[in-house]
Order: sequence, then C-alpha cells, then structure tokens
Amino acid sequence: MFHIVACIKQVPDTKIIKMNPKTNTMDRRTAPAILNPYDAHAVEEAVRLKQRYGGTVSVVTMGPPPAVSAIKKCIEIGADEGYLITDRRFAGADTLATSYAVTKAIEKIAKTRPVDLIICGKMSIDGDTGQVGPGIARRLDIPPLTSVNKVVDINQEEGYVVVHRKLEDGYEVVQSTLPCLFSVEKTINDVPYSPMPNMLKAARYKPHIWSVDDLEDVDIKQLGLKGSPTIVSKVWAPQKPAGGTFLEGNPAAQVEQLLQILLEKKELFESKEGM
Amino acid sequence: MDFNDYKGVWVFIEQKDGEVASVSLELLGAGRKLADKRGVELAGILIGEHVKPLTKTVFEYGADIVYVYDQPLFKHYRTETYMKALLECSDKYKPEIILYGATSTGKDLASAVATDLPTGLTADTTELDVEEETGLLLASRPAFGGNIMATILCKKYRPQMATVRAKVMKALPPEVGRIGKVVEETVSLKEEDIRTKVLEIVKETVKKVRIDEADIVVAGGKGLGSYEGFQLIHHLAETLGGAVGASRDVVEAGWIDHPHQVGQTGVTVTPKIYFAIGISGAIQHIVGMKNAGLIIAINKDKEAPIFQNCHYGIVGDAFEIVPVLIEQFKHALSSDKAMK
Repeated sequence: MFHIVACIKQVPDTKIIKMNPKTNTMDRRTAPAILNPYDAHAVEEAVRLKQRYGGTVSVVTMGPPPAVSAIKKCIEIGADEGYLITDRRFAGADTLATSYAVTKAIEKIAKTRPVDLIICGKMSIDGDTGQVGPGIARRLDIPPLTSVNKVVDINQEEGYVVVHRKLEDGYEVVQSTLPCLFSVEKTINDVPYSPMPNMLKAARYKPHIWSVDDLEDVDIKQLGLKGSPTIVSKVWAPQKPAGGTFLEGNPAAQVEQLLQILLEKKELFESKEGM
Repeated sequence: MDFNDYKGVWVFIEQKDGEVASVSLELLGAGRKLADKRGVELAGILIGEHVKPLTKTVFEYGADIVYVYDQPLFKHYRTETYMKALLECSDKYKPEIILYGATSTGKDLASAVATDLPTGLTADTTELDVEEETGLLLASRPAFGGNIMATILCKKYRPQMATVRAKVMKALPPEVGRIGKVVEETVSLKEEDIRTKVLEIVKETVKKVRIDEADIVVAGGKGLGSYEGFQLIHHLAETLGGAVGASRDVVEAGWIDHPHQVGQTGVTVTPKIYFAIGISGAIQHIVGMKNAGLIIAINKDKEAPIFQNCHYGIVGDAFEIVPVLIEQFKHALSSDKAMK
C-alpha cells in the first residue's frame, strides 16, 4: 500500500512573537505554538494524493512533548498516523542534526510500513531555511524535488512520479523514480476547514512517541547541539539608522510636501507615460 | 580534518540561457573581499552545458580561477548531477568557503551538498565577513521570523557554506580583458543512472510581476486593514506607473500573491522610489528594501520601525493621505504636460 510520510514542525507564531529586548531571544510565552503553515500544505497534499491513489499518510516531527498538538492538527487535515520523536538529546539541533534525527525516525517507521514518498513544506517560519527536506532525501539516498507546486502523476506500478517544479519564470516538468522527497510550495493547494469526523478523531488520537532509545543505529554524536556544525555566535538587533525626516502638518500639507519630493524625480514618471 | 588543507573562496556560478545570474556576479564581488582579506584565491564553479564561454564573465567580475563542468548531463539543473560535480570538485581542491545565491537552485544544491560533505550551511545570509587569521566565516541573517539578526559560525568543519540573498551584495564593476585560470573537469555519471529527468521547461507567458525590476514600488502592509483597503496600493501604483509590493503578513492573509512579497522570504528590491504604506517594518521586510533610492513611509504609528528606515516619513492615515496624493499627482502631471 502506498505510504506517504509528511515531515512537520511545530513553530511559534512568528507574526505575533515578541522579542526580549535585553536578551535578544524570543519570548515564547508571547506566541502560541502552531503547525508550521507551510507544513499544513505538505500534509494536505499527502491527504489529496491518498484520496487519488489510495494508501496511508503518516506525519513525523521532532520537538518537545507539546508538539503532539501539531500532530493532532495533521490528523484533522486527514493524516492517519503521527510520530513524535522527543528527547533532551535532540535539543539545539541545526538543520543537519535535524535531518539526521528525522531520517532515523523515518527509517524506523519504514520498518513496519515501507515509505514510498516523503513530503515536506517549503520551509519553517521560525527557521526560514528550507534545508531539512533536501537533507533527509540525501540521507535516505532518494531524489529531493524542491519547489514542487503540482503533482501531475504517480505511477506506482512503474515506480515513478511526474511533478511541476516552480522556476523564477515558469515551471519545469520533472520525472523522478520512487521513492523520492518533495518539498512543496504553498501554492500547491488550499488547506480547507477540516471535516468534523477528522476533528473528532484528532481529539482522541494518541501519537506514537519515541525517544532516542527507541530509534535504531543512532550515532549520538550526530544529534542535537553536539551534532550541529553551525552555532549562533551572537544575536543582535541591527543598529538603528538615523531615520527619516517627518513631513509635518495636516494631511493636505503632508501631501503637498510629498508631491514636491516626487516631482523632483519627474523623469521616472514621464518615462512611464510612454509618450 | 586539517583546516590548513582548505584554501580559497568559491562561488557557485548559476547560469541560465547563456547568461550568468546576477546574484552570482554579486557573490563574486562579496567573495573577492573575503578572499583578499584572507590572502587567498577566488574561484567560480561553473556547471552546465555549453557554458565554457561564460568563464570570461566570471573572470571579469573578479574570479582568479574557474572550475568548469561542461557536459550534456548538465543541460538542466538537477540536484543529483550538480551535487556530484560540486562534491567531487570540493573534495579535490578543498575550498575554505563556498557561497551560493539563495535562489531556488542555489538553496536546493547547497542543502544537498552540505548533507553529504557534511558541513554547516547558513541560509539566506545578508551580511558576510571573515576572520582574517582563522578564516572563520561570519554569516549573518535575520532570524526568528525576522525580528533580529544572528551571526552563524561553523567552527569544526570545512568548507564553510552559506546561501546569500540576491541584491544584497554588490558586484564589482567588470574589468574587461581580466583573465584567470580555467580548470576543466568532468564527472563520470551515465544519463541512465540518474533518477530524475527534466521532461519540459515551461515559461509562463502571463505577464510576470517583476517587482525587483521596477523603478517604483508601492508596497502595502497589514495597516491597510483588509483586502479592500489594500486596493489603495494598486491605485497609487497605477497612478505612479509602479509595481505593487507587500509585506509578509499581507501575503499570508491572501490579499495578494507571493511574487509581490518584499523581504527575507520574498523578493529583494532596489527601486528608485519605494513606498511603505501601513508597513510597520520588521527586519525581515527591511532587508528586502533598505537599498531603495528613496524610501517614503506612511504609517499611523509614530514609533513604527519603518520610520527608522526611510528618507521621508508621514505619520497619518493612509486613507486620508493617499487618495489626495493620487489626485494631486495626476493633476500635477497633466498640467505639466499642458505647459510643454
């Protein structure tokens, strides 16, 4: 049976989060933890492919115990199973150590149910890197297909997929052998409101929870902070520039001043007139 | 790993349709500074089909060496093939730093290469420096959703790698006739062994939004309140003959599509005039527009960070100011024409 694994992450809502100005760290209390919005599209695509081709959708995440709620959100979208790997030894992982740990989890999942396709979101909104997806693909030695914005066909019998990969000025049609890994664009689908039966299932759902000791052939040195080649040496608020000149007065006066500033650059507008 | 074996700064040269991508030229400029500070050579690594003539451009923009992989296998970008070339080349010539444009190709390639080497990779860098003595790369980027900057180091591995945002670094003025050493290499991969095939490239014929090429960008933020309110931005852009930009919030709210997003996870723009209307000015937005020639900000909140990053600021209600501006601007332009 076709088995799709979606990789997800629980993230603080960076739109809301406030920084502690003294320490330059995130004040996590100020922001709710949500399912990374890009990953919602990854799960939604997995569910749609399940509807088209049959099969099972599993989601996997690494994170602290509250990440269970992100898994439940995926069950609402329509995933069948959820796996959380959680352990102090995963803490402080950069993208390389993260892809290592998640790969170990996927290998374990694959022991009971072989994996045909892995789908990741384009990136996470707190890390903004997009590096973990291709990293997992390399570790599993399967082709990474990034920037996927349409799945044209999955041919299980002959073992290949055809997708569109978004380019700066269009897209390319790519064929790849299965298994492979997609990281998908937000434009690949719209995530609708979840159907009530899924909500009920999610409320009751208990994900599989694994620690490092539940995984197999793990090199502890490659996990967490220790396994991370990159370190954050300093975090700083950029120097505030001097700032601009305020145009004072009532709206009419403000517009008048602004107009004069714009008209000094008149040549820009005239070229636009096409005269 | 003996760090003394690793010498030189490399730039992955992205090319398409017989041209070197502008981000690669910018990185040659940035790489030149790093290489000079370290007293090492700057190299370009150029992969593709029929790309050898591009070495001339790479030298003119600052490289001392170009490693060239010119094979039919490389006609289209594929992670598997390009990665193989980069890994083999890095293994053979051992650079201390490799820079990639933070384009979809550059990010895809760098992520795969970093995993296989393995080494650390910093994404979407906006500032680069190097420690003269140790060769440690200081790669800085907006972090945590773009509210602050973080400097990332990779102390234990070589080469150090970073993807770098387009339009943030400056290309050097090309030095015509400047030449260097061409090193030709090949990879021994057979087409039938490669698991991915590009079947077709489709150029979208619909009029593309290229806000990064516009002279005037009018950008709106969450302060406009709603999709309907955001239409004000379209009106002003139309009047001025400019392109429409948007903050991340607005794109996530669905008021406009992602190609219009200015900032860290959108497009970097350097227009002659940039309007930021109802945009508070998170760092992740600022990095995408701070090099604009003239920045005009309109916001209700006098404390909004955007006012620290503009040339002229108006504290006020965009819905009171912009419609009047549109009208008076049209009037000024037409009376100006009448005088001619």
